[in-house]
Amino acid sequence: MSSFLDKIKKLEPPKEKRFLHTLYDGFFTFLYVPDHTTKGTGVHILDRMDLKRTMVMVVLALQLCYVFGTYNIGHQHFVALGMHTSFMAGLHLKLAYGLIKLLPIFVVSMVVGLGIEFLYAAKKGHGIEEGYLVTGALIPLIMPPDIPLWILAMSIAFAVILGKEAFGGTGMNVVNIALLSRVFVFFAYPTTISGDQCWVAGLEYAGGKGVGETYGWAQHFFDWIFNGLGWATFGEGGRAIADAFTGATPLGLASQGWEKVTSVYSPMQMFWGAIPGSIGETSKPLIIVGALMLIATGIASWRIMLSCLIGAVFMAMAFNWWGFDAFMNIPWYYHFYMGSFWFAVAFMATDPVTASSTNTGKWIYGFFIGALGIVIRVMNPAYPEGWMLAILFMNVFAPLIDHFVVESNIKRRQKISAAAGN
Amino acid sequence: MKKGFTRLHLITSFLFLYQLAQAQSPSGSGSSNFTMLLLAIVILIAFFIIIRVSDNLVRIEAGKDGADVDDASLTPLPGVRDLFKKSAPTYVKGKYFALKKGHNILLEGSAKGPVVAGNAKTFAIQPPNFRGVSAIPKVEVEVGDTVKAGDHLLFDKKNPDIKYVSPVSGEVIAINRGERRSIASVVVLADKQQQYRKLNVPNPDTCSREELVNFLLDSGGWTLLRHRPFDVVANTNDLPDNIFISTFDTAPLAPDLNVVMEGRGAAFQRGLEVLGKLTKGKVWLGLNANGETPPSSIFTDAKGVSKSWFSGKHPAGNVGVQIHHIAPITTKTTAWTLGVQDVATFGELFTEGRFNAERVVALTGAELKQPRYVRTFIGANIGELLDGNFTNDHVRIISGDVLSGSKTSSESYLNYYDDQVTVVEEGDQFEMFGWLLPDLSTPSASKALPGHRFPDTVYKANTNTHGEKRAFVVTGQYEELLPMDIYPQHLMKAILTNDYEKIEGLGIHELIEEDVALCEFACTSKQPLQQILREGLDMVHEQG
Repeated sequence: MSSFLDKIKKLEPPKEKRFLHTLYDGFFTFLYVPDHTTKGTGVHILDRMDLKRTMVMVVLALQLCYVFGTYNIGHQHFVALGMHTSFMAGLHLKLAYGLIKLLPIFVVSMVVGLGIEFLYAAKKGHGIEEGYLVTGALIPLIMPPDIPLWILAMSIAFAVILGKEAFGGTGMNVVNIALLSRVFVFFAYPTTISGDQCWVAGLEYAGGKGVGETYGWAQHFFDWIFNGLGWATFGEGGRAIADAFTGATPLGLASQGWEKVTSVYSPMQMFWGAIPGSIGETSKPLIIVGALMLIATGIASWRIMLSCLIGAVFMAMAFNWWGFDAFMNIPWYYHFYMGSFWFAVAFMATDPVTASSTNTGKWIYGFFIGALGIVIRVMNPAYPEGWMLAILFMNVFAPLIDHFVVESNIKRRQKISAAAGN
Repeated sequence: MKKGFTRLHLITSFLFLYQLAQAQSPSGSGSSNFTMLLLAIVILIAFFIIIRVSDNLVRIEAGKDGADVDDASLTPLPGVRDLFKKSAPTYVKGKYFALKKGHNILLEGSAKGPVVAGNAKTFAIQPPNFRGVSAIPKVEVEVGDTVKAGDHLLFDKKNPDIKYVSPVSGEVIAINRGERRSIASVVVLADKQQQYRKLNVPNPDTCSREELVNFLLDSGGWTLLRHRPFDVVANTNDLPDNIFISTFDTAPLAPDLNVVMEGRGAAFQRGLEVLGKLTKGKVWLGLNANGETPPSSIFTDAKGVSKSWFSGKHPAGNVGVQIHHIAPITTKTTAWTLGVQDVATFGELFTEGRFNAERVVALTGAELKQPRYVRTFIGANIGELLDGNFTNDHVRIISGDVLSGSKTSSESYLNYYDDQVTVVEEGDQFEMFGWLLPDLSTPSASKALPGHRFPDTVYKANTNTHGEKRAFVVTGQYEELLPMDIYPQHLMKAILTNDYEKIEGLGIHELIEEDVALCEFACTSKQPLQQILREGLDMVHEQG
């Protein structure tokens, strides 16, 4: 073991070559926790917990979403073509197809984001901070499966440079980086990421008629394997879309009432997540498992998650009571079957850097995210889903909430002080 | 007993209502049963709320009339807080605080067994131990002089009245200098038979405060008084609002103060009485309510003081935390604090008329062959105290505990206020995937590590940082570990940005290093909180 360590240490580039050294340091500290000891001016022993472990916990909590997301990309693709429509049919094809779509997105996310991180770390001459590992794992899950890679790269570069590095790096950003990249795609390329046609991968619409894409070398490579195993194969592709197919997400249909939604998707289907949508946000139970893991390990704040839920329930009930249109009349509990509420609450709202930092503030922050998200979802026809905007909006307000909470602490202390002075 | 009764009462009344609801439902159908149950719960809660509100109103009125309503039970129903509160152990009499926040770091190598005689021969007074004293104080002795215990060794030119005295009798063998000619230590080689300077003890019950203060300044007793805020040696014209003494220590491997104080009860009691003359408020004793048996009768039977009981994990034993719950320090109030052995030394000035610097010191840590208690004097040489008792050479020696002690060496001396030496392994090794593997061998306050499921695990810690320093990312972590109404992270950020008003407003006066040490231990971003806090304290001290 130690000889391996020595070999790696011999590779260390000189400190003058800043970029190379930062790169080396990044990978070295990934492999080994350094031999640093406490300085002797403060505590002498330190907790096992560090930022790397915190971040990897979130990434671990996302793994179920990744697995299901991979499957669901393929599943939606084949359902649209009217093939392998049952859940288990063509499982290997769906996973392979999902992988072909998801892997490039993941790689681009990591290469672009981490690349920028490395550059800035080298420039500033400090170690690489782990923040992007989580952001980079979140971004693929909130993108539509067919997103062009150049748009993805643009959005990540925008988010990381302007959202994070401009503010001073990990821990200093005001808004959630993953959501910033998503909102960039949303507003800069609206035709790519909205409407009913972007949520299912591998469909081409020409002249109003949709056909499946023609498969390329990656599918052919898998076909070669599947052929050998005697399993079903992709074939050449180019199949016409099934007649009954609509690419609309449940939320796209919801403005016409719950009956319209259930005429296409059953509640159980929505709950388990076999519906079109962003890659990782569809399966509610798996997200909840991840959320529970984050709560159990104390990584994410249960206060934010719970207050988001309360806020959303409150607002949905209020709309039920108001009952102005079909969307408002959707029973409040059905709101939690649709859209990305769970993913947003579990993984986006709880980002500790951009959320409120006081416990009281977290309750307020979460409640308003929940309430605002439902308001945007129900009342604004231009945005089918509200969480992205609700969270970004509250990110901006989080420092203000904290300010008032902290001020009240200061006031409390001043009162005690005034009483003691008499 | 009474609380148990009311809880039982509550449950039976609930069951009764449930029965009623069942009897009322016509055919016992499931849904109406459920509705009735819900109704019953709602009625019960409404009933409870009405009682609580009226109870609080009565409390406010009674408070206006000057009645002590803190512990009085005005209604048969328990309060909301009482329902969830851990009930106090039976031996607790008086004010009781159950602190929920905090974390105990359990380490191997706690001191055990009877107190044995220590074999330290050299002792030192180290000016850097006294915060606020200038780096080059005036040394009144020369190398080769013989001194008695209690003879003046040095004084600070800014406060020439406060005399720092020799803990033992013997020969001055060295005056060590540190950086820029500062005085690092004045070392005395102890006599076999201790001789004490004869003191002219005034009668504290009859003499004026001025006489008393002058006696304390001259005898060295004044140096035992530490002033809050800032944790500095008390000013000579100081009249503190209160004096606080914590009679238990919850820090890792901390000495059991019941053991440490055995046989010094009379001096302790006398010390408390004299301290009572020095404050305009009260002398407060913080007592340990964590144990199954009550603490030593020296503490529980102490007279002329106000006692309050604390249960909870570290830092419940920190005097700063206790002050926060009794009479918080503000910009306008001050307090003095002393260790229990300091109180005994203080008392012996009056009972025996001499400065007896005797200390029982806990030698602790997993790297010691035999962790134990030794009887010695203030400022003992650490190498002589430990006497080569190590299991391995690659260690760090700490005067104090692992959280807020200071790094020292075998050649150095025990700090003035410390009653503990800790020896831990240096952790300068690389660990492969140390940030990823579920590790059960390193202490942690985090729920994300498996150790959280086994809270009784005793660890062998080392000095590795287990990760690199990062910007503040995680929030709410410090608040979970500090049982005070303070936002430590906001305070730290305010200090780093020199936001003076906020620093004061967020309660820096209430804190010293040891209070945030646990937060620093647990900090995910490995931020040096104690160092930051001290910078803030220095800033406020200089300006105010």
